[in-house]
Amino acid sequence: MNRDSNAYTFIFAIIMVVVVASALAFTAVSLKPMQDDNIRKEKMQNILATIGIKVERPEAEAAFNQYFKKENQLSLTKDGDVDESVDAFNINLTSEIKKPVDEQRFPLFIAEKEGSEYYVIPLRGAGLWDAIWGYVALDDDMNTIKGVVFDHKGETPGLGAEITQTYFQERFSDKKIEDENGNFVGITVMKGGSQGNDNAIDAISGATITSRGVENMIKERLEHYLNYFKKEQSKVALN
Amino acid sequence: MENKANNNSKKAPVVLFVAKEKEPLFSKANRKLMTDPLNDNNPISVQVLGICSALAITVQLRPAIVMALAVMAVVVFSNLIVSLLRNLIPNRIRIIVQLVIVAALVILVDQVLKAFAYDVSKQLSVFVGLIITNCIVMGRLEAFALGNGPWKSVLDGIGNSLGYGVILIIVAFFRELLGSGKLFGFEVLGHKGVTVAESTGLYALGYENNGLMLLSPMALIVVGIIIWFQRMKNRKLIETH
Repeated sequence: MNRDSNAYTFIFAIIMVVVVASALAFTAVSLKPMQDDNIRKEKMQNILATIGIKVERPEAEAAFNQYFKKENQLSLTKDGDVDESVDAFNINLTSEIKKPVDEQRFPLFIAEKEGSEYYVIPLRGAGLWDAIWGYVALDDDMNTIKGVVFDHKGETPGLGAEITQTYFQERFSDKKIEDENGNFVGITVMKGGSQGNDNAIDAISGATITSRGVENMIKERLEHYLNYFKKEQSKVALN
Repeated sequence: MENKANNNSKKAPVVLFVAKEKEPLFSKANRKLMTDPLNDNNPISVQVLGICSALAITVQLRPAIVMALAVMAVVVFSNLIVSLLRNLIPNRIRIIVQLVIVAALVILVDQVLKAFAYDVSKQLSVFVGLIITNCIVMGRLEAFALGNGPWKSVLDGIGNSLGYGVILIIVAFFRELLGSGKLFGFEVLGHKGVTVAESTGLYALGYENNGLMLLSPMALIVVGIIIWFQRMKNRKLIETH
């Protein structure tokens, strides 16, 4: 057959497209469960890391179920009530955050570790180039930070991307989200001089916008949990 | 002069003849296919192709190496497939066909990485997808694989991706070392504390990292310096007028 004829060209193109499309569709479908599993386990690893538990990915699921009981994974409304109908672990913050506050559900994971409770709150916000997200764990006083984990989509390597490094995340430990008078202030990310300040940490030099993104993200997300924390604290006081 | 080897072997009958003679797998001509792109015909420093990715992922060594391997997988396999199909591909849509093959391979690599090497795939993020736009891939298909047999095309793919990878790694070495004072994430120049008193190594002497090295323009300047050095050593590359 003449390789330059229109018929040949069309037939070749059609066969090629069908073959390539089915090959890609087949791989995408057959690898999907493994990819989803990786994403789910990474989320578990991240949540575990905030309360100081480092596990390899294969063990993540078992460890997660051990510390975070199903009944301790809550979906909260903005008033701090628990919405039983929503599975907290499967809440997708990316789409959730775009809804009006009334319709949003705020996932909260409560861990029991060595007799104490930790409250793990998922975060999501904007960095310099793209989304940043993470998890913050609070001690049972609902004020002191136990640990944080951050990740990002496309911050500059060596600058904004440093928020994923332990040296930066360790700066958050034992900081407080409330000032001395008990008002919610979040964590200020400042250029040096945060020593002795319980509500501030040092920023990453050269990554001002990403650092500010982290600050805003923590402030914006944690604010929605204050109602729930108040209710819990008054319960404790009544007992 | 750079394309002499390619032009000679481009004529299909020559390749057939060579194949009948049972040319050894690593004959001198075949070895040249692999060694040429490392120096005399380097895709980045001589042909100045694939510069975009050389800017984007050379801030640190590890992503640079993974990127080099990913590009190698794509170049080698697309070269092989196009070379096997070279007598079937309709001439008028050959660029489209090449593009489809390359894009399909890149998506495959991306999917496989996500399933089996999740951490690596996270590190490369969007740059895996950008392999499609790497001119080296299309360049080798058009200039070599369309006119040569499968084995030669595979060797050519390995050679060119190695030539690309070597430059990537050299650039990443200097950018990570001078930009963040690290190699593979290890603090080779000492630890940089918040104040000079808290620092160790070079930083205790008042050394500062060069933040400019982390930004893309410095990759171009490093590539430029590499080209300069290469031409100083390799007189063949200097054009005579």
